[in-house]
Amino acid sequence: MNKIVEKELLSNNVVKLVIDAPRIAAKRKAGHFVIVKIDEKGERIPLTIADGDIKKGTITLIIQQVGVTSHKLMMMEAGDTIMDMVGPLGHATEIEKVGTVLCAGGGVGIAPMLPIARAFQEAGNRVICVLAARNKELLILEEEVRMCSDEVIIMTDDGSYGKQGLVTHGMEEVLDREKVNFAVTIGPAIMMKYAALTTKKYNVPTIASLNTIMVDGTGMCGACRVTVDGKTMFVCVDGPEFDAHKIDYDEMIMRLGAYEVEERAAYERFMKKTKV
Amino acid sequence: MDSRYKLFKSKIGNSRKVNNLNHNIMEERKDFLKEERQQEWRSELRKSIKAKERTDIPRVKMLEQDPFERAKNSAEVNQGLTEDMAFKEARRCLDCADPTCISGCPVGINIPKFIKRIESGDILEAAKVLKETNALPAVCGRVCPQEVQCEINCFYVQKLKKDPVAIGFLERFAADYERNSGKMSVPEVLERNGVKVGIIGSGPSGLAVAGDMIKWGYDVTVFEALHEIGGVLKYGIPEFRLPNEVVDVEIDNLRKMGVKFEINFIVGKTATVDDLKADGFEVFFVGSGAGLPNFMNIPGENYTGIFSSNEYLTRVNLMNAADEEYDTPVFSGKKVAVIGGGNTAMDSVRTSKRLGADNSMIIYRRSIEEMPARVEEVHHAQEEGIEFMNLNSPLEYFADDKGRVRSMKLQKMRLGEPDSSGRRRPIPIEGSEYMVDVDTVIVAIGVSPNPLIPSSMPELKMSDWGTIIVNKETMESSIPGVFAGGDIVRGGATVILAMGDGRKAAAGMHEYLKKNVLKK
Repeated sequence: MNKIVEKELLSNNVVKLVIDAPRIAAKRKAGHFVIVKIDEKGERIPLTIADGDIKKGTITLIIQQVGVTSHKLMMMEAGDTIMDMVGPLGHATEIEKVGTVLCAGGGVGIAPMLPIARAFQEAGNRVICVLAARNKELLILEEEVRMCSDEVIIMTDDGSYGKQGLVTHGMEEVLDREKVNFAVTIGPAIMMKYAALTTKKYNVPTIASLNTIMVDGTGMCGACRVTVDGKTMFVCVDGPEFDAHKIDYDEMIMRLGAYEVEERAAYERFMKKTKV
Repeated sequence: MDSRYKLFKSKIGNSRKVNNLNHNIMEERKDFLKEERQQEWRSELRKSIKAKERTDIPRVKMLEQDPFERAKNSAEVNQGLTEDMAFKEARRCLDCADPTCISGCPVGINIPKFIKRIESGDILEAAKVLKETNALPAVCGRVCPQEVQCEINCFYVQKLKKDPVAIGFLERFAADYERNSGKMSVPEVLERNGVKVGIIGSGPSGLAVAGDMIKWGYDVTVFEALHEIGGVLKYGIPEFRLPNEVVDVEIDNLRKMGVKFEINFIVGKTATVDDLKADGFEVFFVGSGAGLPNFMNIPGENYTGIFSSNEYLTRVNLMNAADEEYDTPVFSGKKVAVIGGGNTAMDSVRTSKRLGADNSMIIYRRSIEEMPARVEEVHHAQEEGIEFMNLNSPLEYFADDKGRVRSMKLQKMRLGEPDSSGRRRPIPIEGSEYMVDVDTVIVAIGVSPNPLIPSSMPELKMSDWGTIIVNKETMESSIPGVFAGGDIVRGGATVILAMGDGRKAAAGMHEYLKKNVLKK
């Protein structure tokens, strides 16, 4: 169990790992996540499941390198084993036939958005995806998203691919043009904040899938708490998806940075050690 | 009498409240206990010293690490008894005809028998006696609140107004002696009957069920959500009070008896109870604990630097966050406030001291007498220089521009009339608000039952507090064949009460299986 069967670099800092995990593969649905602990001394981090294959008994995780653990994951190769992995956790996305669904994914958030877009299409919805990345190099999973969308709009910050602009520009283009019944946004917290403001203007019900700091992932620690509609919620057991118009994004961004200093120091120690 | 017993007598009086817990076990075992007491070796031993000589011996004092030194390390505070000390203490026990101490023990340990084994010098045999009814003696010897259980029911307290026999210290001594001897006995188990029993959660209640069920011949599998076995014994209780190694040895003993453990497995997520039934599991025990921390829901509580005690202790105990070699981070605050007055609050505040805090405070809304923590923990915390700010309650937190907590507003309290728990109710004093600087806050005001299992079993009957409703005699839930115990039923209690539930549930499960499965 937990053996990496396939590794693919999607960009210079994003890796795709296909992992042998038959139990999780059998139960996972769009929106679920797993908690991963790489080795004896590793930390527990949540990763949203990007894809799964019941027959092969595998799940796919897509990881962007940001700190020690993601760096270690990037360095793992096919044949290596992840020491601990548990899931599937969280509530699955509620998929219904609603009409037209607008999916807005930014950066590595496109990975967890993919199964949700696919599920909405399979349920008979018209699916329009807006994918945003800083530049062409950093855009991931374009082909896969195209396979399950009726239309794809690509936005890059520098205009190196698709249209130049932010995810919200692409969303507005759609919202100005046609009736959208439901929206999904996944990506960096700041992006979700503005994506939610955009759909709010158009009165489109929207969910955001959150990826916060977690330890156990089962409700025990409360590290993942966010304020939704004025109430404290736990992303792990109450989420990871919430009404995007009611999330306190500023608090969430503040909490995501809780260990900035400690994490930077740990990363420097790690890089020093790895180089030696 | 030692102040800790005076304190508890003032709290719970002479009423043997805890006795009712296992009144039935006592009644059933009365004759058996009497027979055992009449065995020759015990009669001889009783007669070997005059009672007066026994009662003249003062209660032993536990060897402890120096408070100044230990506040800087994570080694165990209590160092255990020497053989001489244990032998002398064992002589104090009068081996009463009516061993009231046993009625105070939630798992019904044959207390005089194990103590007399120590007195007769047969310590390995004493350890065996413990394991007849207790799967985790080295754990219980360390973390049980003996002062409100067995020891308060000791003849010395009840009739002689003296300090009780140090039952807890002796339990620990026997278990440690056996572990260090390299001659761990593995309790006998019946021949395997092939009936599969699923235990959900590897904390104290689950391990107690496993210990009994495996003895009776069942095929026992324990499912654990985390990557380590032991539940709160691993993630919650700190190393300086309960070393992980001690827990691991007891778990290993269960493994030797045949118990199987599946880690990283969340029943209800990784597989449902129905999936497991299809896999041949006939009966289940839910001991998933109270893993949902409570917060006060006051302004500023989500600033960074404010943790639940669960998060803080899990980072340090389970994830080794204080060790730079490990990847998990934790704040080593300098001015740390812990909100609450229970054992978890004491564990958190003492941990913060060990992580280098200059000032570690307990903020509790009642006075020290009402604190639910074990008296020994409060005492140890005081020795280690923890500041006790009793009759105080936080109203609001304030942070810097990065959202990191920097201060808190406290309100002073006074005590009013007793509430339903019998403890005097705290009443806020208007206009008494003041500010205190802090850089880390740990909220240890209790836990709620973890919703993961119940939410995956909609037909399970739950109370308004989210606990599983069970038949108090058998511990069976509203679903036949599904039993439950520990914090998921109690909503936040102690290791030993959870273990007591586990033993009761095991008996209930055994009856259920005899009726419904074994006969067929």
